[in-house]
Amino acid sequence: MKILIAKPGLDGHDRGAKVVALALRDAGVEVVYSGLKRTPEEIVQDAIQEDVDVVGLSILSGAHVPLARRVIDGLRAAGAGDIKVVVGGIVPPRDIAELKKLGVAEVFPMGTPLPRIVAAFTKEAGET
Amino acid sequence: MKDVKAHAGFPIKPVYGPEDLAGVDAERDIGRPGEYPYTRGIHAHMYRERLWTMRQYVGFGTPKETNARFKYLMAHGQDALNVAFDLPTQLGLDSDDPRAEGEVGRVGMAIDTLADMEEAFAGIPLDRVSVSLTINGMAAPITAMYYAVAERQGAAADRVVTTPQNDMLKEFVARGTWIYPVDPSLRLVADLIEFSAKHYPRSNPVSVCGYHIREAGCTTAQEMAYGLAIAAAYVELMLGRGMQVDEFAPRISFNFTAWGKIFEEVAKFRAGRRLYARMMRERFGAKNPKSWMFRSLIGGGGSAFVMQEPENNIVRGAYIALAAALSGAQTIALPTYDEAYTIPSAKAQLIALRTMQICAEESGAADTVDPLAGSYYVEALTGEMERAIGDELARVERMGGIVEAIKSGAIQAEVARQAYLFEQKLVSGEVAKVAANCHVGDTPAEADREVALYAFDPATLAAQVARLGKIRRERDNAAVARALARLSDTARGHDNLMVPILEAVKAYATIGEINRTMKDVFGEHKEPAGF
Repeated sequence: MKILIAKPGLDGHDRGAKVVALALRDAGVEVVYSGLKRTPEEIVQDAIQEDVDVVGLSILSGAHVPLARRVIDGLRAAGAGDIKVVVGGIVPPRDIAELKKLGVAEVFPMGTPLPRIVAAFTKEAGET
Repeated sequence: MKDVKAHAGFPIKPVYGPEDLAGVDAERDIGRPGEYPYTRGIHAHMYRERLWTMRQYVGFGTPKETNARFKYLMAHGQDALNVAFDLPTQLGLDSDDPRAEGEVGRVGMAIDTLADMEEAFAGIPLDRVSVSLTINGMAAPITAMYYAVAERQGAAADRVVTTPQNDMLKEFVARGTWIYPVDPSLRLVADLIEFSAKHYPRSNPVSVCGYHIREAGCTTAQEMAYGLAIAAAYVELMLGRGMQVDEFAPRISFNFTAWGKIFEEVAKFRAGRRLYARMMRERFGAKNPKSWMFRSLIGGGGSAFVMQEPENNIVRGAYIALAAALSGAQTIALPTYDEAYTIPSAKAQLIALRTMQICAEESGAADTVDPLAGSYYVEALTGEMERAIGDELARVERMGGIVEAIKSGAIQAEVARQAYLFEQKLVSGEVAKVAANCHVGDTPAEADREVALYAFDPATLAAQVARLGKIRRERDNAAVARALARLSDTARGHDNLMVPILEAVKAYATIGEINRTMKDVFGEHKEPAGF
């Protein structure tokens, strides 16, 4: 299984993204990290090129809804709608349902225990 | 007996006594408050003469909305401002740039042109209120706008007190609002320091931040070590330009965090002040005592707060305020209890301000200078912290110095490694978070859906874009083109960029135009690969 951890948009906080990437790598998952400030289009391209099973978007600026929408739409438009998208970061409870409606498979708000994230990732990838 | 370790990694003993102070020379190492090496604080009487400044970090939506929130906090006793800018502004993108989608006015206020800055500070006298500007990659144009607003208000240049953060080196490690490669970024830092030292003598043109690096995951000792190494890099940069150390060093300030173990935090600041004073006097030969002083904004860290039972974060904030006061902060800013959810509501901001006021007025923490001095524990811990910080400074030197270690990504990798170790300690329970990893009830607390949150107004974007369009139509576009051409020429040469940047902002050039002009010359930073 292979996962792209990506930082879309302008947010420069990468602690969570890097910690999750390190934890997944230790759990035996193949991890690619996008680096900061990638556009949704670049992330879609990377996900397809790297042939990943899951894209994990890390967003702490509050712009998670429009950014997740653009990544999901982009994947579907490119015929890669089978790649699952999960979101982590500062996500207020009221936005979780909206993200799920867009097609986000899982949301990990601030404070989610690391083992729960690792378990969910392995499950997401395993289903495909 | 339970093993206890400092966040810096060394063990904490169950009891300290006189034997732990062997080797401490009270005169040489501790001294008196307000005297070299300032272990006990930079002022002789500290809060008895002047309380710390209370400076909550505020900004959201349009300049008009932010202006109203500024006035609300000032009406409740906040005496200085700390401005948050949205990410497009911090990265030099206009509000109508496609890359700004979803971000305009989100984590701070949107600034496109001088007109926005005029509106943000309307009715706020810039010769009387001190203002921190949390801006780095775009520090030069935003500070130029601030100086232009002050000038138009009629404020005398020597009465303007502003602190642009302007600490680019830490942006490459944490926070990430870098734009240009490291070297031209450093040139802009130095241009703003030099220009301000000459024309705005009371401005603090760089605020060296350990804070964000700690928030990104490093230890307490690394926070102080990296901050000191970055400060030294800026001092060397300015000396390299031919300035004398005492011409700019008195205006260097610091921004650090104080969440965590109260006594370790106090020891970190006492050790840091001592190390900084010795570095400035002995290594850089500063003669002015003000150049030896570690003046600090001490704040919280949202990373100390948790999502479960968010009201508990108010209590955590109170301990941070106490730690900052016991540490001898010049300025305190606290995170708000709702930060794990979104940007602060007005209510949460007021509670944070009230927390600092209660600490100041009711707790007694401000009654006497450095009240923990002489404690076996705190003095021994101060020595331990000094050694731990020294070890980290030596590691930075082995990486080739802080600038090289940032260019190569070695510091970034170390900070990520520490963040991962810390997360593992949260999982194991070695680092406790009540209601999150210990004393969790039968049904673990999920996110509180009842917490009253700030609601982002989706009309912000349209309002800001309409305003930007109007400015573009009404300004003298030939003057803008001339100013941008001059900026481009200067960027290719070596003169101070603040001069053409000021000309451009006064002509109402947009932040995006100014950034693009410089990016065409400087190029873009490429992040070192990996995690």
